[in-house]
Order: sequence, then structure tokens, then C-alpha cells
Amino acid sequence: MSRLQNTLAELKAAGRKALIPYITAGDPDLDTTLQLMHDLVAAGADIIELGVPFSDPMADGPTIQLAYERALLHNVGLRDVLALVERFRSHDNKTPVVLMGYMNPIEYMGYETFVSSSVQAGVDGVLVVDLPPEECETLTAMLHEQNLDTIFLLTPTTSDQRAAEICRHSSGYVYYVSIKGVTGANTLDVTDVKRHVDRLRRATDLPIAVGFGIKTADDAAAVSRVADGVIVGSALVNIIARSGQGDTAVEISSQVSALVSDMRKGMDAA
Amino acid sequence: MTEQRDYYQVPDLRGHFGIHGGRFASETLMNALEELSELYGRMKNDPDFQAEFDRDLAHYVGRPSPLYFAERLSKNWGGAEVWLKREDLNHTGAHKINNTIGQALLAKHVGKRRVIAETGAGQHGVASATVAARLGLDCVVYMGADDVERQKLNVYRMKLLGAEVVPVTSGTRTLKDAMNEAMRDWVTNVDDTYYIIGTVAGPHPYPMLVRDFQAVIGRETRRQMQAQAGALPDALVACVGGGSNAIGLFHEFLNDPTVAIYGVEAGGLGLETGQHAAPLSAGKPGILHGNRTYLMADDNGQILGTHSVSAGLDYPGVGPEHSWLKDEGRAQYVSVTDDEAMAAFRELTRTEGIMPALETAHALAYAKKLAPEMGQGKRLVVNLSGRGDKDVHTVARMDGMDI
Repeated sequence: MSRLQNTLAELKAAGRKALIPYITAGDPDLDTTLQLMHDLVAAGADIIELGVPFSDPMADGPTIQLAYERALLHNVGLRDVLALVERFRSHDNKTPVVLMGYMNPIEYMGYETFVSSSVQAGVDGVLVVDLPPEECETLTAMLHEQNLDTIFLLTPTTSDQRAAEICRHSSGYVYYVSIKGVTGANTLDVTDVKRHVDRLRRATDLPIAVGFGIKTADDAAAVSRVADGVIVGSALVNIIARSGQGDTAVEISSQVSALVSDMRKGMDAA
Repeated sequence: MTEQRDYYQVPDLRGHFGIHGGRFASETLMNALEELSELYGRMKNDPDFQAEFDRDLAHYVGRPSPLYFAERLSKNWGGAEVWLKREDLNHTGAHKINNTIGQALLAKHVGKRRVIAETGAGQHGVASATVAARLGLDCVVYMGADDVERQKLNVYRMKLLGAEVVPVTSGTRTLKDAMNEAMRDWVTNVDDTYYIIGTVAGPHPYPMLVRDFQAVIGRETRRQMQAQAGALPDALVACVGGGSNAIGLFHEFLNDPTVAIYGVEAGGLGLETGQHAAPLSAGKPGILHGNRTYLMADDNGQILGTHSVSAGLDYPGVGPEHSWLKDEGRAQYVSVTDDEAMAAFRELTRTEGIMPALETAHALAYAKKLAPEMGQGKRLVVNLSGRGDKDVHTVARMDGMDI
């Protein structure tokens, strides 16, 4: 069992839901990201999704686009992200880390180098936004061979037939995108989320985590009642963005921790 | 003797041209892309749809466009006969309308009331706004903020046609960023919106269907060349940004081994400077905007900013079929610089009284080198993909004039 699968099994056994925060590596710089990763764990995160900066994030809204741009100001690339995970691992050997990003940085690095470097760094899972199951066979096989998990997105427009196909390639958990739209959009409809999650249960036994549109502790609590995990991204990245308006690393760190900690409490009480 | 290759077996069912192409899109769009494939698969073989398309091309676009023998230019260049396929004479002034007519018919068939498009030079935006006006559809055009500035005339044309033009300020503020933003719009509004991609790139089935709609250029060229010269051309030359006018001309001749094929990329300030838009000449394969293809990117896989005097060629990727034709060796891809293109713009204008788009001027600049090499008695066809009216401001500025 992989570290990610182990974490999710433990949560299930304890009757708890996974809290999965997303931050972009290198936003506003790599040292801050490292500190934030440890803060997230201390505040109650179970798994960390780490964004790999890309110049053309087609599926992201303005919040994550700007996070990528802040990271790209000092050329943070996939190699730097892997080195960051390795640094994180020297103090935390328990919390799973999932890389989330786009295909081209992996293409340019080469699949073999990417997979072996990910193992070396202590990465646990990979989610590539623009890699649908139709195109994923080669990379997925190489990742699975090294016991790395592959997380795929499911959306409101995913048919039952596609859902089954996607889940066949998935391991660890599946990520249900709660809305039609880009990251950072505003509307969360928990009733609708429940309907879709229930539908997806028929396609997979894997834990189903829900993301997009989760901003507050109440949102997190509500979603945790209908899903196995809660992913929060833009709400945290919006706090980190205040680094540009003069907030210090310590201020950002404490605000990020406060939101994650509130979400944890909300979810545990739900 | 080598076996005759068949170049019409691509793409495969999943949109692959060799290693290139495919469908690298986010999950929200996969359903819409599958529906589009299914719809196009039906319409492609539907005689009524094809008749409607042909009727619009004849009576609205003004096809067939002439194939013109440029006698003075040929004499000046001293070699092969130079023939110009006059796509500049189409309604709205470029080849772009062939594709927007076809895609607007698809949108109409599925009852989508809103169309979106990306545009660089504005020609595809104008062509999209035009068909939207004609069919009474809402139209939103995404355009890089820098291009909005460079192509004011086309921006105003789109507005007059009733389209909303959205300047895109992210990234490099040019065509690739406009395409990102159009994709984001589509993800959000996928239920009621049809995305009219303007070139032979993007996720499957776009490269295929845009090619098919543009292939009328080559079909007419073959017929006209046979009628006017009694022979096939010996070479084809077209400019390549995304590559839709080039595929439109090339496609018909891929299985004619005597026809040499040249795609001309934007060499900008010169390939050695890095300031260009020539992924086939100087890039390597990667994934952008839904397909695998040659790209301009750095070692981290970040897409690089491009430079060309022509906004329509200012794109870091290229249609996947071109990447495949390059790998197969069926077409040769070359580049010319901004300066060479500008000189060709002036030469055609003064020699033949035809003012080409700056994009098109790249093809002419290469044809000027090729014609003497080919020699007398040979014939080359240049796809005169668009007219230069939209570029008059740019050229005047270079001449130090403010008009």
C-alpha cells in the first residue's frame, strides 16, 4: 500500500474525512512554500496538493494563474518543485504530497526522469489537469510501477461510462470538480455535489474528494458530509497573494493556518 | 522503388497524427469534444450539410477564389512561374472565413446560441463575428491585450459586427493567452457555447475539422491549375502560424509525390536571436492547447514568448498535422525574417498591385528564394492567404509615418 493509500485507509478507519489543501510551489518563493507545507500539516491537513507552475494554465481561474505568475517570476520549475518535496520529506515522512499541474513540464523533463525523480523526492501522487485517460496509458503505467498514485478529475459533465474509464486509471483518490468552470469560481451547490458523488460511488470504491468553490469552514463541513475528502485551493492562495500587498511570511502563515484549522474543526464536528 | 505513401490515414480515431495531436484537455471539456467529434462525423457525410457549406462558400464567401499567374513577379524573380491562390479576395479578406462558415453551421445544427473565438491578428475574430452576425448568434472574441493595441482596425470591425472583444492581459498578452482564455470561457459555459477555433490546432477533432473546411483551397487549386496550365504545380508555398491556410492548400496534394511542399514560419529577428515564432524550425514536441506538437518552450517546459512582425504568426505552437508532415519528411518547414517578409510585402504591392497580409508576405519571401532554384518551366503556387489592409498602420509606422 502506498503512503497515500495508507493515509486514506487510516482516515476511513477512524471515520474522518481527508482535508487536502492546495498551494502553488514557489508562491511567493520556495522557502515560504516549505514553511507553509509544515504549517498546513500542523493545522490539520491530511494530504498536500502542490501546484507545479506552468506558463499556460488553461483550466485555472485568475487566483491560481496569478500564483503561477508569482512563482514564475523566479523561474520555479518542475525540478525545483521536486527539490522542495525532498526538503519537506527531511522533516515529514508521513504526509502524502500530490503534484498537480499540466503536462508540458513533464513532457519536457521526460517521463523516465520525472518518475524516478518523483520517487527519489518522496512524491506520492500525480494529478495532470490536461491528461485525460485517453492519453494517459504510458505515464500512468510508469507511475504505478513505482507505487506512485494517479489522481484524475471527474466533473459534472463526465458521463457514467467515462467515469468508469477514468476510475480504472485512478489510484489513491479521485477528485470531483464541483462546478463547470475554472478554479476559484464562486458557486458551491452541496445538494448537487451529493447527487454526483452518489452517482460516482457506483463507478469506484476509491475515496472521492471534492474541490472547486470551497472557501469557508462551513463549506468544508458541508462537503465533508457528502464526500470522503475536501480540497481547498483558491481560498488559501488568495491569502498567500497578500504577500504582494506587504503581508509578511509570518502573517500569511498564521492566516493560512487559521483557515485550515477552522476547516478541520468544522469537518470533524460535521 | 519506394512504395507510394498514403498521407490520408491521419488522424486516427483519437486524433493522433503520429506522436502528435490527440486530446489533452481538461475533463470538463471531454464530453463536449466527444459530442463535437460525433456531430462532425455525421455532418461530414451528410450531403445536405455539405451542400449548405458549398452554397455559402460560393454565394457568401465568393468562391472559387482565383488562381492568378503573377507574370511580372515571375519575370523579376527569374525562375519558376509564380501563381497566387487569391484567398485575399474572400469575403472578410482572408482564408479564415472558410473555416468559420463551416463551424458556424455546426453550431447552428446543435442549437448553440453563443460562439466564442480567439484571435491574433484579428482575421479569425472578424470572420467569426461575421458568421455570428449572419446567423444572429452572440459572439465573444478573446484577443491578447497587446494584439488589441496592434490591430485596432480589426477590433473595431468586430465591434461593428456586434461581437464583444475581450482583451486578455495574462501571460504574454498575445494569441496563446487569448486561446487559454477562450478555453476557460468554454469550460465555464460549455452547455450553451460553441468554441470556433481558428486554426488547425487544439484538441481533437479541431485540427481535423478545420483542415477539412480549409481543404477547399487545395481542391480548387488542383482544378484551376489543370485548367489554366494543364499540369500540377511543382511546389506549394504557404505561411505557417497555426497552419490552417497551409494545410488548406497542402492537403489535396499530399499523395502527389511530384509536388514539393514548403511551410514558411516566422523567423522574426532571426532564429539565432530566439526572437521568432518558428517551433517547427527551432522547437521540440510538447503539449499545449490540447494537442502534442512542436513548441517553443524552455527547459522547464514553460512556453516561451514569441516574436513576429505579424500578429497572425505570433504563436509558440503549430497544428499537429504539420508536426507530423515534418517528421514524415513530406513537407519542408523553413523560416524567413521580419525584414524579408516586409520586403516581400512591398515587392508584391509594387509589382502586381496586390497588397498581401504580413503573414502571407512570409510565404512570398520564401517563394522569392525558391523560384530561381526551381528554374524555368516549373510552377509554384503561393497561398495568398490574406490581404494587407489591416497591416497598413504597422507598415506606415515602420516608415516613420503616423496615419
